[in-house]
Amino acid sequence: MTSTATRDTFTSRASNYLDERTSMSTLVATLGRKVFPDHWSFMLGEVILYSFVAILLSGTFLTFFFEPSMTEVHYEGSYVPLKGIAMSAAYASSLDISFDIRGGLLMRQVHHWAALLFVAAIGLHMLRVFFTGAFRKPREINWVIGFVLFILAMAEGFTGYSLPDDLLSGNGLAIINGMVKGIPIVGTWISYLFFGGLFPGVDIVPRLFVLHIMLLPALVIALIGVHLVLMVINKHTQFAGPGKTNDNVVGAPIMPLFAAKAGSFFFIVFGVLVLIASTFTINPIWNYGPYDPSPVSAGTQPDWYIGFADGALRLAPGLESELWGMTLSWNILIPMAVLGIFIVLVMFYPFIEQWITGDKREHHIAERPRNNPTRTAIGSAGIVFYAVLWAAASSDLIATHFRLNVFQVTWWLQATLILGPVIAYFLTKRIAIGLQKKDREILLHGYESGRILRLPGGEYVEVHEPLDEYESWRLKSFDTYEPVMVRPNAKGRITPGTHLRAAMTRWFFEDRISPVTRGELEAAKHDGH
Amino acid sequence: MLLIGLVAAGGASAAVSTVANAEPAGTAPRAQQLTVEDGQELFRANCASCHGLNAEGTENGTSLIGVGAASVDFQVMTGRMPMAYSGPQAEQRDPMFTQEQSDAMGAWVASLAPGPEVPSEELLDVSQVDEEGVARGAELFRINCAMCHNVAGAGGALTEGKWAPHLRDIDPAHVYEAMLTGPQNMPVFNDANISPEQKREILAYLDYLDENPSVGGFDLGSLGPVSEGLFIWIFGLGGLVAVSVWLTSKPN
Repeated sequence: MTSTATRDTFTSRASNYLDERTSMSTLVATLGRKVFPDHWSFMLGEVILYSFVAILLSGTFLTFFFEPSMTEVHYEGSYVPLKGIAMSAAYASSLDISFDIRGGLLMRQVHHWAALLFVAAIGLHMLRVFFTGAFRKPREINWVIGFVLFILAMAEGFTGYSLPDDLLSGNGLAIINGMVKGIPIVGTWISYLFFGGLFPGVDIVPRLFVLHIMLLPALVIALIGVHLVLMVINKHTQFAGPGKTNDNVVGAPIMPLFAAKAGSFFFIVFGVLVLIASTFTINPIWNYGPYDPSPVSAGTQPDWYIGFADGALRLAPGLESELWGMTLSWNILIPMAVLGIFIVLVMFYPFIEQWITGDKREHHIAERPRNNPTRTAIGSAGIVFYAVLWAAASSDLIATHFRLNVFQVTWWLQATLILGPVIAYFLTKRIAIGLQKKDREILLHGYESGRILRLPGGEYVEVHEPLDEYESWRLKSFDTYEPVMVRPNAKGRITPGTHLRAAMTRWFFEDRISPVTRGELEAAKHDGH
Repeated sequence: MLLIGLVAAGGASAAVSTVANAEPAGTAPRAQQLTVEDGQELFRANCASCHGLNAEGTENGTSLIGVGAASVDFQVMTGRMPMAYSGPQAEQRDPMFTQEQSDAMGAWVASLAPGPEVPSEELLDVSQVDEEGVARGAELFRINCAMCHNVAGAGGALTEGKWAPHLRDIDPAHVYEAMLTGPQNMPVFNDANISPEQKREILAYLDYLDENPSVGGFDLGSLGPVSEGLFIWIFGLGGLVAVSVWLTSKPN
């Protein structure tokens, strides 16, 4: 570093010292020039990262005082309505954290709110990546890693939800126990293994604790590392614009501008979390009392991110059949199968889409959702499907708060679960194509200026103004695809796979609006508009 | 839906008008103690159209012989009777009668056949319950009541459009009477099932909930994870998206 050597300051000497021993400068130079595009949707990943840091810090505090044990104790803390009640050491220590340890309740609430924010931000981040097609080559693997992180986050959430050993968490475990036992043949044995004997047993809290604070966080941290390294290697996508092409990234480099922005954003996320945690209570475990298999409270729900699974159980038809002396609980098996398929489809969507479109090119330009109507439509169908399951987890609250019959709410949601995605698919596709048509119209004929002219002949016309460079670039630069034709392969045969694929690409690209061509633009200019 | 609405509206106006007609009869003898006969008169003017002239019941209302004064006090003084309108269950509203009028009707109904009595002050006196008693009451509440009324007494859904009401800031006498008489969908918790002392402990727990505000901040309706999830999506994530839009906005 010759430039720093010229001025002999403390900073330059210190950085030289470090650089000579670690060769850090290459890393700093590379990372420091990593460019972040300026669009709000690219900040969602940061919300995830910062809320994860908040979870780690507050969680570490909690482990100082939490006792992961199901030994029976009698509560002697300061919360009156539980005085002298028999409970597990885990629940008693959670109560102590809430009532008798300075800052404990705040930390518990920061931890829990941050966890909810963590998963919510993951959801929104995934939607952003999906709808802009940012999962396409070369980022397919990073999509899968991100999705695994989403699953791990849910697992972290669920194990954490079960640790306080209050009535709510015990009810959650009872549902898991029921689901596991619903698996034919092996279910009972898996449940025995998991709970170390008959549910609930005395082993589950220490086991979940180890998963919650060791294995799962280690996996999450490792995968976040890989996710970020791949992000640096693949670089960010960006929306098209003048000078923003498939071969570059335009935005602020980490050093110094983006680091300042990101740093302040870090503190804002922290601040918002602490503000929420200090003003709004979350999971008031003292209301629920210690876990006891007999009572279940009205309004028992999982945290929001497990809601879709709870909803699936609530919507499943109550069918049961017997086969060779074995009971098959379809009300458990159907939701497990449907959710499993849904998860696999989402996880491998980049590969599915790539196979259908046959598009193996690299893509670094984020697509506007309207420019890929079929994908956008698939995405909204998926959102509706998930949202209906999610809403179903609160069917009882929907019934009480809107004065409805809880059975009718369930029937309505069952119908919406099947019809909703279909309606959403067609509606979204038509809307996207409509928006594309509007863009095309605006590009070719300009936007309506609101200025009315009266021509000498008495005719009134509205003056259309052409778009400026930036706007028109945004509207006209996108790729279009055409369905793959059925062609014989090298052996001169047309396989069923080829037919299927041709049918799939027709489904994907049959209805499409082509981007405006240069010729059309020129012609429009000469039209005198 | 329209039909149901019309029927409901009709029922409501009918109920209100009968009560209004009865009002002068009730107000006149207020000065002195109302008698059992006054109770009978009030009953015949306001309740008999559904429950029968002698409380023997009709096809529109159950027999009230043997329900006791506790049941009358609960139904009338929580405004559930006279019913606001026909629906899945009787709604709570401002009571249509004074306490004396209700007591008079209760005395008349109790005179027909023995039934649960209005609880004495002694049975409702939660100051006699010590801290362990509050804890026992909380446990009894979780085991017997939380299924429908939610652990924090926030209420919950029942079948066919019915619901278990919330239990916040409810007159302890009405809670006690509800346990004793099992109104509408609620089961009866008689004194053999939950002793009067235990009932008082449950009241003491509810009193504790009313007297002690949520320690962790606003409780979002004590509805559990659903309201928490909605809150973090709308205000937590929504707020941070707003911040990120602000951070990435171009200076003008």
